[in-house]
Amino acid sequence: MKRLDRRSFLKCAAAAGAGVLGAPCPEAQARTRPAPAPERGGVLVDTTVCIGCRGCEWACKEAHGLPTPPRQAYEDATPFERLRRPDAGALTVVNRTAGAGPGGLPAFVKAQCMHCDHPACVSACIVGALVKQDDGSVVWDTDRCIGCRYCMVACPFQVPAFEWKKALQPRIMKCDFCAPRRAEGKLPACVENCPVEALTYGPREELVRVARSRVKNHPERYAEAVYGEREVGGASWLYLSARDGAGIGLPALGPDPAPGVSESIQHGIFAYFVPPVALYSLLGLLMWDAKRPAGRDGEG
Amino acid sequence: MAHPHAPQPVQVRFLTPGVAVLLLLAAAGLAVVAARVFLGIGAVTNLSDQYPWGLWIGVDVAGGVALAAGGFTTAALGHVMHRERYHALVRPALLTAMLGYTFVAMGVCIDIGRWYYIWHPIFMWNGNSALFEVGICVTIYLNVLYIEFLPVVTERFIGRVDLPGALSRLNGFVDRGLRLLERGLSSTMSFFIIAGIVLSTLHQSSLGTLMVIAGPKMHPLWQTPVLPLLFLLSAISVGFPMVILESLLASRSLGLEPEMDLLSRIGRMTAPLLGVYLAFKLGDMFIRETFVHLARLDFPAVMFMVEVFFGIVVPLRLFLSEEARRSKAGLFTAAALAVGGVLLNRVNNFIVAYTPPFSFGRYVPSPGEVVVTVGFVSLLVLLYRAAVLVFPVISLPSRPRAPRTKYAVRG
Repeated sequence: MKRLDRRSFLKCAAAAGAGVLGAPCPEAQARTRPAPAPERGGVLVDTTVCIGCRGCEWACKEAHGLPTPPRQAYEDATPFERLRRPDAGALTVVNRTAGAGPGGLPAFVKAQCMHCDHPACVSACIVGALVKQDDGSVVWDTDRCIGCRYCMVACPFQVPAFEWKKALQPRIMKCDFCAPRRAEGKLPACVENCPVEALTYGPREELVRVARSRVKNHPERYAEAVYGEREVGGASWLYLSARDGAGIGLPALGPDPAPGVSESIQHGIFAYFVPPVALYSLLGLLMWDAKRPAGRDGEG
Repeated sequence: MAHPHAPQPVQVRFLTPGVAVLLLLAAAGLAVVAARVFLGIGAVTNLSDQYPWGLWIGVDVAGGVALAAGGFTTAALGHVMHRERYHALVRPALLTAMLGYTFVAMGVCIDIGRWYYIWHPIFMWNGNSALFEVGICVTIYLNVLYIEFLPVVTERFIGRVDLPGALSRLNGFVDRGLRLLERGLSSTMSFFIIAGIVLSTLHQSSLGTLMVIAGPKMHPLWQTPVLPLLFLLSAISVGFPMVILESLLASRSLGLEPEMDLLSRIGRMTAPLLGVYLAFKLGDMFIRETFVHLARLDFPAVMFMVEVFFGIVVPLRLFLSEEARRSKAGLFTAAALAVGGVLLNRVNNFIVAYTPPFSFGRYVPSPGEVVVTVGFVSLLVLLYRAAVLVFPVISLPSRPRAPRTKYAVRG
């Protein structure tokens, strides 16, 4: 993480220098978004397979040290009566959408961070506390975060949550794709605990192929689109469902990466500090010109 | 400096019944701030995972930055274009901007979860983040404003240093230091003044970029790629109305005659600025064809119409009218509407327009949030009053000992 920041800082500084000196800056237009690592991991969520046992909710809390009732308590179906969202106490939750599954059965849809390929939260974070790692996970760094919650404003899936009740060191809480577990060679906790293999873990690009072939082989079972393949530029987590994303309660989003517009505005305003420096020079010139006529006294 | 318009400390009592009320409001606000510090943000606000930003960001921060725009617009008029007659307006506007930005910083401090990490952005950079840009620019600009205000402090104390007791031996030393500071400042002030204007244009517009990344979570009436431009244009157009408003309010409160001539003049200058803002605002609406959302007549649609009609169209009409500009009431109404319009625009952008995909009821500010905002505004007014009593900020044109000979000669 630290390495990345230094690199971008040096790039900025060098570019600023070039801009000030008026040197041609061939890279100015070529600045493109870094491509996500090709080998990044992902999870394919097949909502037509999920039985709504909520084992993933329990496993997630266990793995992240969050307080949880015993496993048996999750057999209770009353939480399905209302829509729930991930929050500071539960990084993933399963919702039930009546009649949205195959054959008119209810669809059970797990919600958690989508681990976008071009994450809005990473672009937005004022201190770079959120980072998209090469393993596909978008992780949060407690040593940097100032708790401004701009990531929550930016996230198109409305995922990051905040510890509102804490006076000191409140955290941004969201699924970390079990990055520490995976570094040890283990599966994400939710994937490991799914009794019906509704969750498939693997390289993201391969999961896209798996998802497409399932759609092709069972067109009667699946809607055509794989949710997360193209939404906001693609995500590490992918969803298969009997209805399209909106039909199972996922936000309807376009294919453009969420940070695209804001970053191009931001880099346009700055464009290697040329516009601010130009404005400064212009104002300086105006001021000098206005003060020039003799007989006028300056402001002390 | 022998100047017919030399600003001087205002000679009135600090404490009045109105001031006592403000003191109470400020104390209430600070009490809620204490609760927020010891119990957490959730204990005093209605913010939630669905609505992470609320009144404090919309009004205290975004509104505060916009309404402090009088500082850089009068600096541009008085110093860059060097229109001397407007110098009387520069110092009050500078004081308002300085206090305004101080309270923006305080608003940010209490709104962020980890206020003790407020310094992080200075060392931990993310050049892609609009918030980072706003944060850095506001931080630098706040310091520039303090530097711009320093000459007022040196002017007040040079030759008048009178330290109590044993410290009085240092009087000469401090005085020499102030004189040195004054010399240094007067030769470098142009640098800071221009820097302040550039920094203002940068962060006023970047404040608009902030909500662009929220994409479809923001109502289409406000979500547009030209948001930064609209924010900048509105900030420029609200600068003079804010100066008019505070000048009329301050002169009434301090028992002075307002500089009606100057205020009418900047009122006239405001009209084209408001006109440009209105043109871009409506142009954007027609190009993106978002007027279809107005036909629904729901809450956002009504708020948008109120913002545009009462916040831009009506004050524009008033500022165009010679008659309205000549009367205190007309000028006050026009300025108050323009200021209210931009404030409402910031509230609309940051609160009303924010419609997350999963929502469990609308966000309504909690009493605690309102008390803090009211308390901060009260504290700001109190500090303004204290500052104009101590420092030479306000020019007193109507006093017989300060005749306006200069203008009489020039016609």
